[in-house]
Amino acid sequence: MALLRHTPVEVMERKSLTINPAKTCQPIGAMYAALGIHGCLPHSHGSQGCCAYHRSALTRHYKEPVSASTSSFTEGASVFGGHANLIQAINNIFTVYDPEVIAVHTTCLSETIGDDLKQIFDKATKEGKVPAGKTLVGAATPSYVGSHVTGFSNMVKAMAQLAEPSGRKTHKVNVIPGWVEPADMAEIKRLCAMVGVDVTLFPDTDGVLNAPLTGEYKMFPDGGVTIEALKRTGDALGTLALGEWCSADAARWLDAKCKVPCTVLDMPFGLAATDRFIDVLRTVAGVSVPDSVSNERGQLVDMISDMHQYFYGKRVAIWGDPDQLISMCEFLVSLDMQPVYVVTGTPGKAFERRIREICADQPFEVKVKAKGDMFLMHQWIKNEPVDLLIGNTYGKYIARDEDIPLLRWGFPILDRQGHQYFPTVGYKGGLRLLEKILDLLLDRKDRDDPETKFELVL
Amino acid sequence: MAKTKKLVQLTPTDIKEDILAKYPPKVARKRAKQIMINEATGSDSPPEILANVRTIPGIITMRGCTYAGCKGVIMGPTRDIVNITHGPIGCGFYSWLTRRNQTDAGPDGDNFMTYCFSTDMQDQDIIFGGEKKLAAAIQEAYDLLHPKGICVFATCPVGLIGDDIHAVARKMKEKFGDCNVFAFSCEGYKGVSQSAGHHIANNQVFTHLVGEQTKAQEGEFKINLLGEYNIGGDGFEIDRIFKKCGITCLSTFSGNSSYDQFARSHHADLNLVMCHRSINYVADMMETKYGIPWIKVNFISADSTAKSLRKIGEYFGDEALMERIEEVIAEEMKGVQAALAEHKPHTEGKTAMLFVGGSRAHHYQDLFTELGMKTLSAGYEFAHRDDYEGRQVIPDLVPDADSRNIEEIEVSADPELYNPRKSAEELKALEDSGFEFKEYEGMNKQMADGTIIIDDLNQYEAEKLVELYKPDIFCAGIKEKYSIQKNGVPMLQLHSYDYGGPFAGFKGAINFYKTVDRLVSSKVWSYTEAPWQKSPELTGTFVWE
Ligand code: SF4
Ligand code: SF4
Repeated sequence: MALLRHTPVEVMERKSLTINPAKTCQPIGAMYAALGIHGCLPHSHGSQGCCAYHRSALTRHYKEPVSASTSSFTEGASVFGGHANLIQAINNIFTVYDPEVIAVHTTCLSETIGDDLKQIFDKATKEGKVPAGKTLVGAATPSYVGSHVTGFSNMVKAMAQLAEPSGRKTHKVNVIPGWVEPADMAEIKRLCAMVGVDVTLFPDTDGVLNAPLTGEYKMFPDGGVTIEALKRTGDALGTLALGEWCSADAARWLDAKCKVPCTVLDMPFGLAATDRFIDVLRTVAGVSVPDSVSNERGQLVDMISDMHQYFYGKRVAIWGDPDQLISMCEFLVSLDMQPVYVVTGTPGKAFERRIREICADQPFEVKVKAKGDMFLMHQWIKNEPVDLLIGNTYGKYIARDEDIPLLRWGFPILDRQGHQYFPTVGYKGGLRLLEKILDLLLDRKDRDDPETKFELVL
Repeated sequence: MAKTKKLVQLTPTDIKEDILAKYPPKVARKRAKQIMINEATGSDSPPEILANVRTIPGIITMRGCTYAGCKGVIMGPTRDIVNITHGPIGCGFYSWLTRRNQTDAGPDGDNFMTYCFSTDMQDQDIIFGGEKKLAAAIQEAYDLLHPKGICVFATCPVGLIGDDIHAVARKMKEKFGDCNVFAFSCEGYKGVSQSAGHHIANNQVFTHLVGEQTKAQEGEFKINLLGEYNIGGDGFEIDRIFKKCGITCLSTFSGNSSYDQFARSHHADLNLVMCHRSINYVADMMETKYGIPWIKVNFISADSTAKSLRKIGEYFGDEALMERIEEVIAEEMKGVQAALAEHKPHTEGKTAMLFVGGSRAHHYQDLFTELGMKTLSAGYEFAHRDDYEGRQVIPDLVPDADSRNIEEIEVSADPELYNPRKSAEELKALEDSGFEFKEYEGMNKQMADGTIIIDDLNQYEAEKLVELYKPDIFCAGIKEKYSIQKNGVPMLQLHSYDYGGPFAGFKGAINFYKTVDRLVSSKVWSYTEAPWQKSPELTGTFVWE
């Protein structure tokens, strides 16, 4: 019997009930982004439950300690405002944990009351609760707007707003990687170094959420972008923002306020998006791309050509965050696969347009929905099945019910490990994605083929 | 910290002082009352602990919120009720399948636990109110799924904007006629921990569900099991044992539960309370309203399971039942003894720390005792004073503003359904023979003198404890797991069992022995240092030169 046994084939229009969401709320994104600042303790301004949930979800995904504090609102704070709680929290945090930075984000509760972070920060500073040399960062992240992706973007923008342009340009390029795994952040830095571009990556969770086991716990691991580096982003040559939803706001702010020109690119998943990333990198820095990078690219093309027959015409359902989905769909189409159902919970009409463009002139019709949910996607699948699912762990119920292989990719992945260590961006990441997809498809073929068709060599 | 030596010479008082030293004075004063050195628990005035008080802003707590206790813990495991979270998407999303409540709906039964239902409030709902959207969402759920019951859970912003979720629920219930709709005012900020949410959930289940169906289930020795949530299949194992003994469990509150089971639970002749913290008030209310007595049981550890079974037998006073129970215990204990013989040599003398839930940190000490391990320090995430000091302190507990937030419902004997299961004489005879109803000893009595008991442990204190004591195993939840392990100390999640289990009953005990043996004997922790870190001197030449 099916685990999602109540999902009917007929699609009934729903206006008010979301079932099996393909998104979650803003603060968790802000919390993840803040962990990419060196020496930073994320702080959730609201009741303690939100913070507990966000820490648990991030811990389950990254299999790493996720420290974050909360203003612990009770009834009183909810009525009279959270000023007192936050000021007390700031004092306690600096005394007990001694971080370099506290990155505060709001929750739906503090937003609804109307707490003004900036005002509270000023008061805390005036009252001497912020030791010299320490920093407070704040982002408004009401959960009833946007999604976890919006929250990530808002915190990244708050990081950009730390910029203090000095008028003396550095030779650095800002790269905003968007919500990707720590391993992806490391891979982006590696590619930039290979091309010979000196970058400031923010946020940077490499080293923070993939820290080694040494027998010594560090609440603030060695990784993360420093406040010094963030201050200097206003003097950079330019900014490369990877992902319109995750990264563009911060980049545009630096452009408008600090005259740091920006280019918004897709996240470098797959061949074409990585090509564009490398190409822009080379152009902005005025360097030529080394053979080592071209070789990696050639290896990816080689693997695509070797595997092409297995990918051709395969129908895929895919859900997750807009920036990831856009690049992944483009990659799938380039492999002659067919991303027929594409769903994100994050709102944005531009998303649907982009996906339709990518799938235009293809031999299939794409059903795409922003502000959609996984219940609807499952109904589509029931009506006309697919060969492969690509998305987070919640897809495993559909995978089992409908007997369709699932590539776990995106957020959150609760039941598998390795994603925090092995990148899926760049050419090397592309190789890994291809390997995983092919394994899934061929394992399925080996399982399903009749004995007469079961072959050693494939 | 693997590099720091054990500082065994420190006394518990030193350790407490060391922990408190870092806090600002106000925080230190409060924490001093929540960190207790266990001593003289047998005396007339054992030390008091401060519990069930607000978490300190900025201090990284292990706690969750009222909503988590209500929707996640209590209602989460009920399979055939559609649980709609009224609020922005997050709360519903995080409580979606994350508590490992297993259930068995059979091939045809309803099971909505795999779904996440939310009104996904948007800013216009916050501005103009969300009642219309909620009513429409309930209607959509009804049209789509036709469940027996729909429950609505309020999140923080809903309470703030003042949506009347109860009125909406009432209206929809009347409209449908064949679907019970009720709501929970379990906004996250309502209480100081999840405990408030348990209370709110239980009150509503008692008010809207229990006693609804008149038809009793067949069975000889009818009980309910309260405060068991079927994490990792604990409930399945306990059920297996009940069946083997010939005991009929009408309803589990709320592991592997269903609508009908709740609705018929008032036909039981005895209530068993497992997790005292999360549900003792339901047992009390059922006694007052229906006349069902209750006893505290514990199915965590083989000895405790045996003890609890015997207690049930004694209550019913039926020779055949008592005999069967003895047979079952004897048979099951064979496996338990064999497992202990295998694992105890590896665990004997080792040390543990436990910081979980509202009675888990207590129950699990029995298992460690069976393994010959000592619990150096323990505490609860969201307990009240009676969970530490015993049920007798309940009359002394003065309700504060936060506890007054939680509705207490007035219960009296039901004019038709009240039926005392035992006569006053029978009860007295049982009590005279040493049988205890409603008793609950609490954690302090169980722990050795000089151990440290901490309420609402936080991350900094956990780190300190691990650094100073270097226990062989630490038990807590997912948020604590990886920081403890980075220190080179194995950590077992006792909320989710590290995705294993069951740990209850006889088979669960065996499973636990094996799990703990694996953890304390693991080679992993010997790899933390690389060979070149152990002898870092460089000679300056290649060895083969
Ligand atoms: S939706 Fe709001 S109340 Fe719920 S977890 Fe997110 S921030 Fe907290
Ligand atoms: S055992 Fe613990 S975690 Fe479970 S309900 Fe009771 S108090 Fe909560």
